Amino acid sequence: MKNEFLPPKSLRDVNTHYCSGCGHGILHRLVAQVIDELGLRERVIGVAPVGCAVLAYNYWDFDVSEAAHGRALAVATGIKRSRPEKIVFTYQGDGDLASIGIAETLHTANRGENLTCVFVNNACYGMTGGQMAPTTMIGQKTTTTPWGRDPAFGEGWPLKVSELLAPLKGVSYLARSSISKPQGVRQTYQYIKKAFINQIEKKGFSMVEVLSPCPTIWKKTPIEAAKWIDQEMVKEFPLGVIKE
Amino acid sequence: MAKVKIEKDRCKGCELCVFYCPLKSLELSSDLNKRGVRAANFKKDAKCSGCGFCFLICADRCIKVEK
Repeated sequence: MKNEFLPPKSLRDVNTHYCSGCGHGILHRLVAQVIDELGLRERVIGVAPVGCAVLAYNYWDFDVSEAAHGRALAVATGIKRSRPEKIVFTYQGDGDLASIGIAETLHTANRGENLTCVFVNNACYGMTGGQMAPTTMIGQKTTTTPWGRDPAFGEGWPLKVSELLAPLKGVSYLARSSISKPQGVRQTYQYIKKAFINQIEKKGFSMVEVLSPCPTIWKKTPIEAAKWIDQEMVKEFPLGVIKE
Repeated sequence: MAKVKIEKDRCKGCELCVFYCPLKSLELSSDLNKRGVRAANFKKDAKCSGCGFCFLICADRCIKVEK
């Protein structure tokens, strides 16, 4: 096992625009690692979301398309249907996938499109300045819930997208992990790899939900943010394989 | 023995590698890098088992671990 810990070739040698302690950089690397390991670099087409990861095509060295807000899975459906030999995946945040794009998400999953979806759940809208997302935790302070999210004010409960999609017949694989610690990063790698292998074997819709820290919006240091995921977020969003 | 290489000017100083290093071989340097943050630094004469935790948790591909 020589040179075990080196950056993957599908990840460009550039600096990212992400904040200090953000999980996107780790997740970009994991996706690139999976694609390198499965030898998909010439076959893969990614679809980037609107959100902090909108510039993902600057960081990945393979084909990436951009989609309108929330419509990444709809665009991916079109790409996959017209070029079925390609491996198509989407990379979406929670404001994109769970809020404005929940219709596309549900129907793509229900149709059982042979796609892979990487869902980054950071419990807020990061890029637009920290508004409440459907996945925001009860009591979490955001700019639109300054006293903390409270179901008594009609703000609802955290939306568990993976559990929501689990009963649909078109869905073949659902897993949730966190990248708050190195063990979780390794586990996430295994889940994402499994989701890509499912698409190669034409099993249907696969989604990996990743709990990712957003220290800037949560007003925490990166270490506090990682601890908050391990102590608070995993209670609401339990980790593990949800459907296989 | 494994070797940790850190590109200091990429580092954003999130300190996660320092926090997760099991042998406590990493620290934040006392001077500032190009970005104006205190970059992670491998302590002088410190040990490294090559577990790769720092590589895994680094979001900015600053760290390479070579065995």
